[in-house]
Amino acid sequence: MDIFSLYVWPALIILGQSLLFLVVLLVLIAYILLADRKVWAAVQLRRGPNVVGPWGLFQSFADLLKFVLKEPTIPASANKGVFLLAPLVAVVLALATFAVVPVADGWVIANINIGILYVFAISSLEVYGVIMGGWASNSKYAFLGALRSAAQMVSYEVSIGFVIVTVLLCVGSLNLTNIVYAQQDGLGTMLGLPNTFLDWHWLSLFPMFVVFFISALAETNRPPFDLPEAESELVAGFMVEYGSTPYMMFMLGEYAAITLMCCLTTILFLGGWLPPFNFVPFTWIPGVIWFLAKVALVFFMFAMVKAFVPRYRYDQLMRLGWKIFLPLSLAMVVVVAFVLQLTGWGNTF
Amino acid sequence: MLGLQALFFYIFAFVSIAAALMVVFSRNPVHSVLFLILTFVSAAGLFLLTGAEFLALILIVVYVGAVAILFLFVVMMLDLDTTGLRQRAQQYAPIGAIIGVVLLAELIIGVTGTYYQPHLATATALPTPPLAAMSNIQALGAVLYTRYILFFQLAGLVLFVAMIGAIVLTLRHKENVKRQSIARQVARTPATAIEIRRVESGKGI
Repeated sequence: MDIFSLYVWPALIILGQSLLFLVVLLVLIAYILLADRKVWAAVQLRRGPNVVGPWGLFQSFADLLKFVLKEPTIPASANKGVFLLAPLVAVVLALATFAVVPVADGWVIANINIGILYVFAISSLEVYGVIMGGWASNSKYAFLGALRSAAQMVSYEVSIGFVIVTVLLCVGSLNLTNIVYAQQDGLGTMLGLPNTFLDWHWLSLFPMFVVFFISALAETNRPPFDLPEAESELVAGFMVEYGSTPYMMFMLGEYAAITLMCCLTTILFLGGWLPPFNFVPFTWIPGVIWFLAKVALVFFMFAMVKAFVPRYRYDQLMRLGWKIFLPLSLAMVVVVAFVLQLTGWGNTF
Repeated sequence: MLGLQALFFYIFAFVSIAAALMVVFSRNPVHSVLFLILTFVSAAGLFLLTGAEFLALILIVVYVGAVAILFLFVVMMLDLDTTGLRQRAQQYAPIGAIIGVVLLAELIIGVTGTYYQPHLATATALPTPPLAAMSNIQALGAVLYTRYILFFQLAGLVLFVAMIGAIVLTLRHKENVKRQSIARQVARTPATAIEIRRVESGKGI
């Protein structure tokens, strides 16, 4: 009985929560994938997927069935173990990060003290899926894609790290829930407009918000920074030898990483689950709805960038990362630290 | 939860030792690096079990997320000939063994030294704050940026010099290569870029 109440019961509860969270997350990712295609189609005056289900709502599930029922092919000269491990690494790491994401007040699987560092650490490992896949395929295009991706993701991680440091300086805690709490009062309150969306970090740290958004695009290999899978040069980059279920897992990992970056932007800069106006009609809507709405908004911006902006050249990408974002974010860390030290603003938890 | 902790300790310890052995014994250098990454991750797990959560995640961010990627990058690009590598590895085995023995001796001295000379521990180490009172990061920062600020800055300077050295050694400006200057491109206006000429018919420019 003692063992049961000490180990088994908590483990079962956590398992149940995680399963529920995963199922909801996967359905959400299916619809985010559909939304991506729909937005892209709308910008190009097409209809997008509209055959499976009403307005094409079940398209992603049809795609899932298609991929799973196809025969997986492994190239003869591929390194089999690593070849099959790569998509697994990509998808497992991308989904593992969601363990610390708070979707509403107290709605989080693991409310750990160093949540943001955990997210940063795990998302810095996501590049392994790409590199391993590209190398194990034993193909020129795949390998070039993997090399590009490795350099790109490592470069933009640096500026993402500094952006996170800037936010942490203002918050005084690495706990993602505390980061949201810290946005309950901020610049808006100082300007005389308390309890509004002006309190969130996007306004007080606006340059960092922009840097983070663009770096998130580069980190997740989204257009205009999708050079690892640039179809006009590398066919499909690191995924060129993949098909059926392994390919689907790469796609799933990619979209899970994109969703994570949208969640992270929401938590760091857009006040997480906080309502835009903290008074009556807005506070009736539960926090999770606000959170999802903000994630959807950020993803809409991701999708619009994909539809609007032509692909970068590789040297331009590197120049942007190292020569513009890195000095800018480093300077902002120093400036924010000075301002906080001199004025005594900022929170402590 | 002590039983569970012990279980996880044995899992992480076993995996890290097994992976470390596989680093040495696997035939393919890329597999070696992948096993090295597994070793790092299980070492991070061991850190996590001792309550050093910050160190664990920094280990993952720095070693797995950056250093090992560069390793992997280089090893994949080199396309190493493994048979020649085996022979040379046997050549260097005695030196490796000596380094291993020295490292082991140092570790034993480092761990057991305070047992034989108890005053050493009090002379060097600051008292560790309890985990409940202060988080890992606060405790580390309070020591690193106050008492050891000079060493911290010097370490940063060494890395900085190394980085600049690498850039200086590899940077070459060729004379006859056209370069893109983004600032100049952006600064161009129709007034500086376009010249309008009135061309009389039948004469050419």
